[in-house]
Amino acid sequence: MADRMKIRATMAGDVAEIKVLMAHPMENGQRKDAGQTIPPHFIQNISVEVGGKMVIQGQTGTSVSRNPVFGFKVKDAKAGDKVVITWRDNKGDSRTDTTTIA
Amino acid sequence: MKNTISIGIALMLGVLPPLTFAQEKDATEAEFEKFRTEMEDSNPAELFEMKGEDIWNEKRGPKNVSLAESCDLGKGVGVVKGAYAAMPRYFADAGAVMDAERRIVWCMVEKQGFNFDDIAKKPFQGRNDTSAPDITNLVTYVAMHSKGMPFAVPLDDPKVKDAYLTGKEITKYRAGPYDFSCNTCHGVDGKRIRMQNLPNISTAAGAIKGVQGWPGYRMTGGIMLTHQWRINDCFRQQRFPEPRYASEVITDILTYMTGNANGQIYNGPGIKR
Ligand code: HEC
Repeated sequence: MADRMKIRATMAGDVAEIKVLMAHPMENGQRKDAGQTIPPHFIQNISVEVGGKMVIQGQTGTSVSRNPVFGFKVKDAKAGDKVVITWRDNKGDSRTDTTTIA
Repeated sequence: MKNTISIGIALMLGVLPPLTFAQEKDATEAEFEKFRTEMEDSNPAELFEMKGEDIWNEKRGPKNVSLAESCDLGKGVGVVKGAYAAMPRYFADAGAVMDAERRIVWCMVEKQGFNFDDIAKKPFQGRNDTSAPDITNLVTYVAMHSKGMPFAVPLDDPKVKDAYLTGKEITKYRAGPYDFSCNTCHGVDGKRIRMQNLPNISTAAGAIKGVQGWPGYRMTGGIMLTHQWRINDCFRQQRFPEPRYASEVITDILTYMTGNANGQIYNGPGIKR
């Protein structure tokens, strides 16, 4: 089972600043361990919903680091809005976590 | 004529490279510092801390108890706030001075019934490991709860002072194939190896650099490492045999270094290059 994300969402003026940390090995498929290639294992899709609206849908690839951090700025949001973040990786594993904007 | 010119160039070359290298180094370092500061408020160390929190609260081991209900880090059973910055300290129940990692291992063995050898088999996260050992997560969790607090190693306790003085002796002890001591690399100001500045751990200003940012998330490889690991790895760099896991020698060194940093603010788990 994938580990929890750490999400921080705060209002800065009229913009919501969202930062999320994802626990993921992000193997790029080119590393080797004792001569054996470590198979690729990386987050492929990320989506962010704020206040029930999908605001970001993105694709990520193998050039993103292990345990990545993403930051987003979202307009038309307010304190108390629910933030729902989901990632899905190339093995079909996924994880969704939520928070509310402070 | 030709000769003078080539000598002139040779001289210039002789002078220039060190200068440009120093400038380059400072510029790279400044850039890295910016990056590190930027990363600090979303340090992946927090992911390890969250796991550590779960493990701390979970009933585990043959005795099926949680550390939260059994482990005293010096502030009372289960209390983590301020504990990390006040260790190493003396624990009467164990009859020993212990640093945070050693104390948590002690609790896992004595309170939860885990086998020490099992923990010691692989105590640190390796380059290719996608997750850190439980003990690393636990240390990170505990350390996070001393963020913003001054280091306060109780050096007025004679047993702690003793460990401090032993630690000081160890950092001076030269041996091994290169006849190195810790102080060969860390005993004077302004030394570096490649791009890494080596803190002078015998001064208050240097000691804080040696303890700040541990446990730390290492961006190279994306792994979480503890202060115990750092000292272990320096023994390796010193071409000494690596100490047994969680051994007294590490506690002594940590008592010496952290004691020298007393009174200065701990910024919590860090982020390293
Ligand atoms: C051969 C030189 C050498 C010797 C001997 C050595 N170290 Fe180190 N030490 C290093 C290097 C290189 C680093 C890594 C610096 C970096 O990566 O930023 C380091 C890092 C450290 C750090 C962490 C510094 C930081 O910025 O967080 C501490 C603490 C430390 N050493 C303590 C010791 C102790 C204690 C000893 C003796 C047991 C010792 N070292 C022996 C070279 C050495």
